[in-house]
Amino acid sequence: MSERRPLLAMQQVTQAYSLPRTALFSPPGSFTVLDSIDFDVCAGEAVGLVGESGAGKTTLTRILTGMERPQSGHVLFDGTDIWSADQAQRASFRRAVQMVLQNPRSSLDPRMRVGTALLEPMRSLRIEGDHVKRLHEVLDQVGLDRSALERFPHEFSGGQLQRIAIARALMPNPRVLVADEPVSALDVSIQAQVLNLLKDLVRDLNLGLVFIAHDLSVVAYTTSRVSVIASGRIVEVGQPVELFTRPTAPQTKNLVDAVLTVESGLSGTAL
Amino acid sequence: MTTPPAIEVKNLTVGYEDLNAVRGVSFTLPAGGRMGLVGESGSGKSMTALALMGLLPAGWQAHGEVLHDGVNLVSQSDRVLSSRRGRTISMVFQDPMSSLNPVRRVGDQIADVIHRHNGVGRREAMRQAVDLMVQMNLPRPEQLARSYPHQISGGQKQRIMIAMALACYPQLIIADEPTTALDVTVQKQVLRLLNAATRERNSALLMITHDLPVIAAMCDTVAVMYAGRIVEYGPVQDVFRNPRHHYTRGLLDSQPTMDNIALDGSSRLVSIPGMVPPLQRLPSGCAFNPRCPAATEKCRTEMPELAPNGAACWHPVGAVQVVEA
Repeated sequence: MSERRPLLAMQQVTQAYSLPRTALFSPPGSFTVLDSIDFDVCAGEAVGLVGESGAGKTTLTRILTGMERPQSGHVLFDGTDIWSADQAQRASFRRAVQMVLQNPRSSLDPRMRVGTALLEPMRSLRIEGDHVKRLHEVLDQVGLDRSALERFPHEFSGGQLQRIAIARALMPNPRVLVADEPVSALDVSIQAQVLNLLKDLVRDLNLGLVFIAHDLSVVAYTTSRVSVIASGRIVEVGQPVELFTRPTAPQTKNLVDAVLTVESGLSGTAL
Repeated sequence: MTTPPAIEVKNLTVGYEDLNAVRGVSFTLPAGGRMGLVGESGSGKSMTALALMGLLPAGWQAHGEVLHDGVNLVSQSDRVLSSRRGRTISMVFQDPMSSLNPVRRVGDQIADVIHRHNGVGRREAMRQAVDLMVQMNLPRPEQLARSYPHQISGGQKQRIMIAMALACYPQLIIADEPTTALDVTVQKQVLRLLNAATRERNSALLMITHDLPVIAAMCDTVAVMYAGRIVEYGPVQDVFRNPRHHYTRGLLDSQPTMDNIALDGSSRLVSIPGMVPPLQRLPSGCAFNPRCPAATEKCRTEMPELAPNGAACWHPVGAVQVVEA
């Protein structure tokens, strides 16, 4: 087996938040949100992260994207620790790791034309170059018409807005995309359009994709490796279909048991 | 004498000025029956529910008949409707955080409903409220009753909402996406509870959701809505096993399930091409025709009615295709 060369990796990351004192002279307690987490993604690979709410998924993404500094452990991008990197390395990290959020209606400014919104990352990341050409490239990649640039977010459906959000994340030509529940706000009949798009982008652009979702079959469909997180620890890692059909950790079993399907509903075994 | 239905909806239209979100919906839910109303965002399913409750937003109007307990709810005054809400017909909303009063204790909020409709005193109402909380499997009910909404979890809040809806043994409970805002692991518990509690009280259940598995697990019959109309209606087993409408077929096919995923990652999920049309630009004929694989010229010009076979479609799934010139 060839050695994995992760593009973005977390090594032994622990994060704890301090709690308010319970009594005037008692030492403040602390709450461990992430406990010795190892997590990584290679180029051209889609990895999943699943877990109940409160398990630490959001904190993990915040640390992975450099929005939060972990108390201990390392976040490595291309082998360099991002928290001890020099300014140029930091800048290239910020361009290389982009996020797609859950609800495009709230992650896009309603008063900003789509074209302006797509140029925001170029402005804030101080990227020079032919932005019009880049806009057109990215629109082609996500399958949107050029007329979209002049329009406002309210003129689009949820599925199209999520394409726009993905386009915005692609603008700085990232190498890793972190998508937090990118389809849970969408109707089922168009979920697949966005999932297929993400899958194509991973393949065509050799992107690393970190995909966070609560729907296990959506994760199984999109990713080739999945980590199950519970109470701040990674409890199981594996090939998603295998993991979800034969879970070993009790926390994975809980997640699998919670899944409702049309078939189990019709046969009366769901509840 | 047969028991009158829990609700009978005849040709219901709900609109704002000249835009109609619901366009001629009819269905009957028998006493103690369980029906699912399924559709995507913009299908008109939530507006149907709000019209039944008399809770339409300002400016929206309902036309048609909604017969419940011997009266037509559409033509009733707010006063009459408000004496019914919570008593003979009640609703569980999607987001328990925004539907509970944040500055009142949850026990008091349940007791309010009982005190108001059952004419019992405050003390007795509170006792019954705690009783209901016990039935909802809420932990330490006496203590929890004194909590404010922000102090309890989402699943607990939704159980409080269900307790409020069930408090007066209503004939009909409308649940609009009751588990969508909850964590997946809590979803099943809440559904199980809603299932058992409505059966015990013999309350009819109208389950409104976009989630087909939830309907399959909870309901006997299902109505599939698209662009303000019911496009398919029938027993859940028939509709989900042998859908007749191409939209229903598409919805079922786009459900991701573990069984249809290839281990090498090569599988492609099916989606329905295009999107739900906006109300301002509904296509002529069958509203689904631009997205339908079987659409013909007839579908673009004539609107199909809901046929006895259960689907509003000129070329239902499985029927012999007539080649048109």
